[in-house]
Amino acid sequence: MNNLFVYIEREEGKIADVSLELMTKGRELAARLGIKTEAIVIGHHTEGVEEELARYGADTVWVADDAVFAPFRTLPHTAVLTHLIRREQPEIVLFGATSIGRDFAPRVSSALHSGLTADCTQLEIGDHTDPKTGKVYHDLLYQIRPAFGGNIIATIINPDHRPQMATVREGVMRKEEATQRGKAELKTIPWREALQDSDLAVQILHREIAERKIDIKSSPIIVAGGYGMGSKENFRLVHELAEVLGGEVGASRAAVDAGFTEHERQIGQTGVTVRPKLYIACGISGQIQHTAGMDQSAMVISINTDPDAPITRLADYAITGDVGEVIPKLIKYYKQNSK
Amino acid sequence: MKSLNIVVLAKQVPDTRQVGKDAMTAEGTVNRAALPAIFNPEDLHALELALRLKDRIEGTSVKVLTMGPQRAAEVIREAMYRGADGGYLLSGREFAGSDTLATSYALSCALKKINPDLIVAGRQAIDGDTAQVGPQVAEKLAWPQVTYAEEVTAIGEETLTIRRRIEAGVEVVECPLPALITVSGSAPAPRPRHAKRLMHFKSARTASELATESQAYVAERVAVKSDLQIAEWSATDIDPDPTQLGLQGSPTKVKRIENVVFQAKEAKRLSGSDEELEALIQELIAAHTIG
Repeated sequence: MNNLFVYIEREEGKIADVSLELMTKGRELAARLGIKTEAIVIGHHTEGVEEELARYGADTVWVADDAVFAPFRTLPHTAVLTHLIRREQPEIVLFGATSIGRDFAPRVSSALHSGLTADCTQLEIGDHTDPKTGKVYHDLLYQIRPAFGGNIIATIINPDHRPQMATVREGVMRKEEATQRGKAELKTIPWREALQDSDLAVQILHREIAERKIDIKSSPIIVAGGYGMGSKENFRLVHELAEVLGGEVGASRAAVDAGFTEHERQIGQTGVTVRPKLYIACGISGQIQHTAGMDQSAMVISINTDPDAPITRLADYAITGDVGEVIPKLIKYYKQNSK
Repeated sequence: MKSLNIVVLAKQVPDTRQVGKDAMTAEGTVNRAALPAIFNPEDLHALELALRLKDRIEGTSVKVLTMGPQRAAEVIREAMYRGADGGYLLSGREFAGSDTLATSYALSCALKKINPDLIVAGRQAIDGDTAQVGPQVAEKLAWPQVTYAEEVTAIGEETLTIRRRIEAGVEVVECPLPALITVSGSAPAPRPRHAKRLMHFKSARTASELATESQAYVAERVAVKSDLQIAEWSATDIDPDPTQLGLQGSPTKVKRIENVVFQAKEAKRLSGSDEELEALIQELIAAHTIG
């Protein structure tokens, strides 16, 4: 069996967390299959990248290094990766479900006519028997993802086409250095034979890279607001409670769509996945597309006027009441009792 | 820039955002019948971006291409109410069971026949949330793509300058035509329906719809007004490789579907009273959960 590829994304010269999370999952899948983990780096100024990737279990690091590859552009990355996949015939290829992975992984799958599953939340290895032909497939990649707005969980397989490809969102898998470390073999991708002039047709005129200031993923306490906060003004209460508790502010999709807060704070299937120690859901009804991103929180407190809101079923404490009254009281009693 | 023929890719989807208490069965699974069929939200943003180009470039036409069952003709009518010139419905059992790759293959065959200068699609549909069909179509046509687009900021002789919002920030790119653009929800909101257009285009029909039309005056109007005739194509109309269509043309297979069932925890119920809230805060501080 051939090997497993992880496409490595880099921002400002630093390897993206999602890529290291995929290396962690990738080496686990590779070990299960008895194959090697190969990291693919297409970028510029990539010196030393193999050392960090070796710490995460890369057996091989493939590099294409040239100014045309940074910042990311769809066509050059598609051409080079497609070329390498055709040459090396990997069994599995993993991408981050980022604005880069989600941009070009579908093109790679289209070029290779092989299946791609977006936004997987779990990846496993398992067998499959075709219900019609009875044909048995061994050691397929189970690509498990929510669908239908998060209301169903689907297990997707690619029985007859290789490679098996999947994207995974940042924060869904754990990031952990390998315990057994070797040296990664550094190989150069023969990229010049893959690129055509037409691949450089799109020009980046201007980039404004915002510092990632909001990092709700790593906060142990999250206070999240939903559509039930009522208005952007009332949403301030969520910020106030988060501030006194030393936590971060999250939001449901409905609250973000209503313009109450920034998109970066969206938690759920189409937002960030979080696992805080404490999650306080304020005016959030608890549709599955939201709870899919927070149901692993250690403790959940919900505040809702509706005692039967779906969020209640996930809650350890369900406070029935108006957020406009309950949140100021929580702030008041926290201030009184924490001193 | 000379006038453009623009095709907007649109999809009719179940409104998965409406899955609230009412749309759940007693077992905690989705009651699909309770979900309304709607114009995929980001496809409306795509339509708006296309209509703004039509407003700016004289002689430009905007048509909608959708693949789905007969009732998906509704999204074409909806687009016409807002300013689109017409549309194409790709329908037939050959397309059933298509994954994103088989869908993009079918669309690309239809697009080769239509031969537009620009394709605009929503970033992703709310039923699958994959964001794959746009880029997969672009690859099949060997066209450049610009994903996560918000606005066309400048129109050149043969290029469009496009602002796109990505995780890292904002990027402005210049892209030659023909090209495919996918538009995200952060783009300008779709314009509302136009009352006069609604009155006129509400009788637009596909051939299949016309065959079962009960109101005689609708049939008469469609017969004499070509702008009310919605093109309806089956697989044979787009000259495909049949092995790449539908289930057969889909590399991905669904092995298993599980309905998400809420695992009910026993929540401790609290009223919003001062005593109970203070007790809760004290408990959390004592357990070092906060503080």
